[in-house]
Amino acid sequence: MMVSQLTRGEREVSILIAAAVALCGLALAIAGRNDPLGVHGAFVLVGGVALIAFLLSRLDSPEPDVSLRPSEYYDDPIKVGIALSMLWAVFGMFVGVWVAAELAWPFLNFDTAWLSFGRLRPAHTTGVIFGFGGNALIATSFHVVQRTSRARLAGQVSPWFVLLGYNLFCFIAVSGYLMGLTQSKEYAEPEWYADLWLVVVWVTYFVLYLRTIARRKEPHIYVANWYFMAFIVVVAILHIVNNLAIPVSLGHAWSYPIWSGVQDAMVQWWYGHNAVAFFLTAGFLGMMYYYLPKRAERPIFSYRLSILSFWGITFFYMWAGSHHLHYTALPHWVQTLGMTFSIMLLVPSWASAGNAILTLNGAWHKVRDDATLRFMFVAAVFYGLSTFEGSFLAIRPVNSLSHYTDWTVGHVHAGALGWVALITFGSIYTLVPSLWKRERMYSAALVEVHFWLALIGTLIYVFAMWNSGIVQGLMWRTYTESGTLAYSFLDSLVAMYPYYIARTLGGFLFLLGAIVGCYNIWMTVRASPAAAETAPKDLPDARWAEGTATTPAE
Amino acid sequence: MAELFHRKIERTAIGFVLAIIAAASVGGIIEIAPLFTIDETVEEAPDMRPYTPLELAGRNVYMREGCYACHSQMIRTLRDDVDRYGPYSLAVESRYDHPMLWGSKRTGPDLARIGGKYSDIWHVAHLTNPRDVVPQSNMPSYPWLARTSLRTEDLGLHLKAQQQIGVPYTDEMIANAARDALGQALPDSDYAAGVQERYGDKAQISAFDGVTTELTEMDALVAYLQVLGTLTDAAYENTVAPEEAPDAEDLAAGSATTSGGR
Repeated sequence: MMVSQLTRGEREVSILIAAAVALCGLALAIAGRNDPLGVHGAFVLVGGVALIAFLLSRLDSPEPDVSLRPSEYYDDPIKVGIALSMLWAVFGMFVGVWVAAELAWPFLNFDTAWLSFGRLRPAHTTGVIFGFGGNALIATSFHVVQRTSRARLAGQVSPWFVLLGYNLFCFIAVSGYLMGLTQSKEYAEPEWYADLWLVVVWVTYFVLYLRTIARRKEPHIYVANWYFMAFIVVVAILHIVNNLAIPVSLGHAWSYPIWSGVQDAMVQWWYGHNAVAFFLTAGFLGMMYYYLPKRAERPIFSYRLSILSFWGITFFYMWAGSHHLHYTALPHWVQTLGMTFSIMLLVPSWASAGNAILTLNGAWHKVRDDATLRFMFVAAVFYGLSTFEGSFLAIRPVNSLSHYTDWTVGHVHAGALGWVALITFGSIYTLVPSLWKRERMYSAALVEVHFWLALIGTLIYVFAMWNSGIVQGLMWRTYTESGTLAYSFLDSLVAMYPYYIARTLGGFLFLLGAIVGCYNIWMTVRASPAAAETAPKDLPDARWAEGTATTPAE
Repeated sequence: MAELFHRKIERTAIGFVLAIIAAASVGGIIEIAPLFTIDETVEEAPDMRPYTPLELAGRNVYMREGCYACHSQMIRTLRDDVDRYGPYSLAVESRYDHPMLWGSKRTGPDLARIGGKYSDIWHVAHLTNPRDVVPQSNMPSYPWLARTSLRTEDLGLHLKAQQQIGVPYTDEMIANAARDALGQALPDSDYAAGVQERYGDKAQISAFDGVTTELTEMDALVAYLQVLGTLTDAAYENTVAPEEAPDAEDLAAGSATTSGGR
């Protein structure tokens, strides 16, 4: 499938790119022969050579009819992106359940370096955020930008380069953690060479996206694309600034960030919080602003709320990172700014959540009957809840209780499971039948099963962490009558065990749902295509039948 | 009016991207740039020294194993934090930390001032199997540290890299890095004297893991843990009383107010 839409010339270009990547791998393997860097170099070399072999074997397979291209969308990379996203979901969530279990039953570390909590934890966060979330964002952004612009992607090879290059980054990242390679900056753990590679991939993504928008046949750029653009542009800025580092040598995987101490803390959480804002929020809002109205067959409730929300999020979020550093050695004025903007953020956040929910007005019977739409509705509700919680936790005195506890972990998962994952599953269930030209998903009942597993799993997880976090925070600050601390740290840890077990169960149910989803998607893809006359027209030239659904109400 | 304006910028992709960059840049510039220019951001501490090569290697082991995921190194300006862990952390104490390891979660206790609180032998036993000394602990065991010899031949390159980004390592320290790492964990060797010569009398020379025939990652990690909070005495001098944690009832009533920093 990957090469069938490429001409012979494009296949040759692909081979050259794969050869360049393989050469980089060779260089790293040689320079890092006495270092874990060499292992990564060898991985890249083998991957590049395998890709060359694959492309060579198909060099002479039938070529596509190039003249048809302007009248067809380019969906092959999207299909592969969806598949990769679901694979990463199962991997990342499985590792998540595993590390949760390690906290409850520490023997599960098996006294083995690569299995220990500290190395697996970033494998979980990278697996779900960048593997699952990132692939879903790339795939859906490729889909949304084509449909809302009524134009084909502005490249034949570059979408593959973006998708596969991005997954190479994720693979290098996760395999690196298991070998002990990490910058130890949360959500920016990959080492310097992986970071450099991501810059190349990301710039290609940006250029591809912008050139596709430039081909649009609509005068206006649709709301979903604003969010995808903000996601691509700002993530690039954050990634570059936070990851500035100098390697020990060109033969070492290890590097030292140029920032130190308090400045590093501020840069890190400016990055960390805006990874939440522009990766986990803006990108997924882009998804929501397209697939939710599409599935509900209702126009977006308010164009003005969309504008207010978009610019509010783009401007306010970048100030909020310092709320991760309340009561620390960060100067007080920065903490106060961070708190203030975090509270103001509630306005644009709720504008988007409200916009989504009000879009469903008149379609509530569909929310009741259609689990796919219900995924997206509940996601919008969780988005509203966790942004409220976020503003609340950013208030200094509240933060004095919640910080360093599981409350933060609960908050993150209310957002990550309740918002990010649910909107993704809803979008994927909307996208898969139309992409593979099927009438519907293989089984509506299994979508329903997935929905309930995901919702119950999320609720168990979040309630367990709320309880453990608040109990922990209160135990740490409780004094006896004589003015001494009432509990040792160990007392507070012992009190956590029941919640850690409950959390593992919640995560396990969520993982189970994702596996059901994979099966359902696989069976949908395997089913026979819908008859041509019943399939909705989905072509750049055809005046789009459901076009009204994504045009904002005036 | 505003809506009309927006209708316009929605028509140009480049214009829209530039507007995004402009809107998103303000917060970071205003909050980050002054941290480099305002002198009070980082306190003066003339006694502050950089890590010895062995401590730096131990710090890298600490990062490699992901210790920061469960242990903070940042004591907040709150009374209960101070009563439990010691004087609140100052910015200067992590000024040579590339990257900082302040952390964001305490599944285990804060480690900012763990140095000197337990014996070397306790740390070795605890890292080898935490449940041998703390039965209820959920910390992973790290038995491989004592079995893995420490890579020292490239420590000079590590120090050199740190020197390039502003850590005050001298060329002499860089030239002697591997030897100093060995000397710090071999009290009876010829190399031991050089460590205190270069890093001061307070640099601890010890057979950290109790074995002097081989320099291991356990030596390095214990050396690092034992130096935490002892690189400068600044936090014990001239600091202001910490804040009371806000009352839980005030919180519930939403009437809690901050008492204005340190």
